[in-house]
Amino acid sequence: MSSDPHLVEFFLRQGDNALVLGHRLSEWCGMGPALEEDIALTNTALDLIGQSKLWLAHAAEIEGADRSADDLAFLRDAYDFRNVLLLEVPNADYGRTMLREFFFDAFQLPWLKALTDSTDDRVAEVAAKSAKEAAYHLERSAETVIALGDGTDESHAKMMAALDYLWPYVGEMMVDDDVDHAMAEAGVAPLPSAMRPAWDDTVNATFREAQLPRPDTKFAHAGGRNGFRHTEHLGHMLAQMQVLQRSHPGATW
Amino acid sequence: MSREWPLWEVFIRGQHGMSHRHVGSLHAPDSERAIKNARDVYTRRNEGVSIWVVEAKHIAASSPSEKGPMFEPSRDKVYRHPTFYDIPDEVGKM
Repeated sequence: MSSDPHLVEFFLRQGDNALVLGHRLSEWCGMGPALEEDIALTNTALDLIGQSKLWLAHAAEIEGADRSADDLAFLRDAYDFRNVLLLEVPNADYGRTMLREFFFDAFQLPWLKALTDSTDDRVAEVAAKSAKEAAYHLERSAETVIALGDGTDESHAKMMAALDYLWPYVGEMMVDDDVDHAMAEAGVAPLPSAMRPAWDDTVNATFREAQLPRPDTKFAHAGGRNGFRHTEHLGHMLAQMQVLQRSHPGATW
Repeated sequence: MSREWPLWEVFIRGQHGMSHRHVGSLHAPDSERAIKNARDVYTRRNEGVSIWVVEAKHIAASSPSEKGPMFEPSRDKVYRHPTFYDIPDEVGKM
C-alpha cells in the first residue's frame, strides 16, 4: 500500500500533541510546588510521551521514509510539527500549566473514546490504551483547576490571568480541515468539531465550581496542527528537547 | 505552618486477599486528593489494587517510652505460642 499523506498527517497530529504537552509537563520535574504534585505531573508527562511514541511509530511506518519515532521526535524542525499551538506555549506558573492541561484533557478524553471505534485498528488500539490514562489526567487537572480557581484571592487572580492568555488557543483543537474531512470519510476518526459539546459540558461544569467565567470571545489562533505557523515558543522548546540528538547524532545509552 | 497540607498515612493492598500495608505518608489537602497522590507516589510500578489513606492525626499510637510495661510481660510466656503440639504426619506441611 502506498503511503497516504493524510493518514501520516493524522498520526503526526496525535503524536505531536502528546509529545509537546508531555515535554512541557516534564519541565516541571524536580520543580513542582510539592513533592506529590511533582511526581503526579511527571507521571502524566510520561504517559503522554509513551502515547506519543505509539502514534509516531505508526506515522513513521505509514510514511515509509525509513524514519523511526525517535527520528520524528528529535530530528524534525518546528515547522514540521503538527501539534496545536495551545500545547507549545510556555508553562508560566502552575495554574496556567494545569489549566492548559485541563483544556486539552477535556478534548482528549472524548476524542480518544471516539477513536476506539476507528476503522483503522492501529488508531483504535492506541486510543484504547491512551483513553484510560486520559480519564485520570482529566480528573486530576479538573480538580486542580477547581482548587485554584476557587482557592485564595491570589490563586484565583492567577487563574484569571491564565484563562485570558490561554483561551484564544483552545479553538484550534476543534476546527476541521481537509485532513479531518478525509479521516472522517474513511471512518478513521470523527471530526474534531464533533467534540465541541462534550468539551463545552466539561469546561462549563468545571468553571462553575472553579468560580471562573467563560470568556465570550470566539477568536482562535491557528496554524499549529497544519504546520502553517507555530508560535516562537516551539523552536525554543525543541532546542532544549532535541539538543542531545542534534549535538551527538545517533547517540544511544 | 497552618498553610501546609495535612499529613496522610497511606496503606496499599498489593493483591486481592492480602491485607493493606502501611507504605508511607504524604501531604494532601483532602482525602480524595490524598488517594490520587498516593496513586501517583506509591503505585507507579504497579504495586497495588487498593489504597487506603487516613489523616495522620487520627492515628492513636502506643508510646515508645511505655515499651516496657506494654510489651515485656509477654516476653517470657512462650506457652502462648502454639509450639507445644505434636502435629500428625498426615497434616503435612503447616
